[in-house]
Amino acid sequence: MPKLEIRKTLISVEDVFHEGGPVADTPLKRGAIVTVIKNPFAGRYEPEIQGFMEDLKPLGRKMADDLISAMGGDASVIEGFGKGTIVGEAGEIEHGALWHAPGGYAMRDALGEARAIVPSTKKVGGVGTRLDVPVTHINASYVRSHFDSIEVGLNDAPKADEMAVILVMTTGARIHNRAGGLAAEDIKDMDGLR
Amino acid sequence: MSAKIRKIAVFVEETLTEMGREISPPTRKACAVAVIENPFAGEYVEDLTPLMDIGAELGTTLGRRCVEALGIQPSEAESYGKSAMVGENGELEHAAAILHPKLGAPLRKEVEKGAALVASSKKMGSPGQVLDVPLGHKDAAYVRTHFDGMEVQLNDAPRANEILVAVAVTDSGRPLPRVGGLTQDDMVGEDGLR
Repeated sequence: MPKLEIRKTLISVEDVFHEGGPVADTPLKRGAIVTVIKNPFAGRYEPEIQGFMEDLKPLGRKMADDLISAMGGDASVIEGFGKGTIVGEAGEIEHGALWHAPGGYAMRDALGEARAIVPSTKKVGGVGTRLDVPVTHINASYVRSHFDSIEVGLNDAPKADEMAVILVMTTGARIHNRAGGLAAEDIKDMDGLR
Repeated sequence: MSAKIRKIAVFVEETLTEMGREISPPTRKACAVAVIENPFAGEYVEDLTPLMDIGAELGTTLGRRCVEALGIQPSEAESYGKSAMVGENGELEHAAAILHPKLGAPLRKEVEKGAALVASSKKMGSPGQVLDVPLGHKDAAYVRTHFDGMEVQLNDAPRANEILVAVAVTDSGRPLPRVGGLTQDDMVGEDGLR
């Protein structure tokens, strides 16, 4: 497998104090990390691509750790997560799918116990493409208060032969969540769903 | 009047390679963005002093966030810039009141010295619009290696009655500078120009 080539990284963290309603005692943090890497399969159809997932594993773990660090350093306050990929135009959507396992498991490892599936999205796009990365609760996918998304993108990426791999995390529910449904404190099945 | 802040977002962009060449150490740019309520949305107000005071407050808050996010000492900051985007119920002059009279002095404290003019830009805008924050060397405006810019955008800001205020700080110039001119090593850094 070709060596992983990283061109740049972007970390962004939002502190949300309110959205027109009461000011929160503790601001909600919404963080994202984007790493722009060379797509080793750009420009051709390559039947066997799974080996690249091994190369992405250490990157996933580093990204998860770096994002937690940028959000204050305490993994125990992370309550929501998501992941995504933007594949440059010389690649195919299937290349973006290579991020599922390394990105998801790296984030779960960094967070300790995280039972829910990591929600994800992906697309092929040009330089400047933005992606709305979905967010759900780390232990139970049906927790309604934590459904969210974080928009990410870079004006100069991904170039045609690149892909941007993305992890996002939040420290809590939407800032004025009041749409009902399963609450985080009512999770009981521990099956990753409810 | 102090700023009514809805959210703060901090972006850190690190470039490790450019045109296939390793950038060592990587160049790094940070931008801290505050989304505040526009106290004068929807009405013409002659005296903009309260916005000037808000500018002073944000010079400290946002300058410090950038330096913290870069993990550097204030003296290690190399370039800076400031920008504002005013939601549709405000006026361009509101951006000027925040940026120009009072924001610079406290920002300079956060980056130590800052003999040079703080490069700036402003515009009217809406949620999701891109704001390009110009960058220039903090101690000598003619340092050519450090002329740059950083793009920021937030999908949910500025709303009609809000103002998005951005401060950018770097610890480096462009990744592969080679267009000549004054360099950081050759600057005097006293008159703010050379």
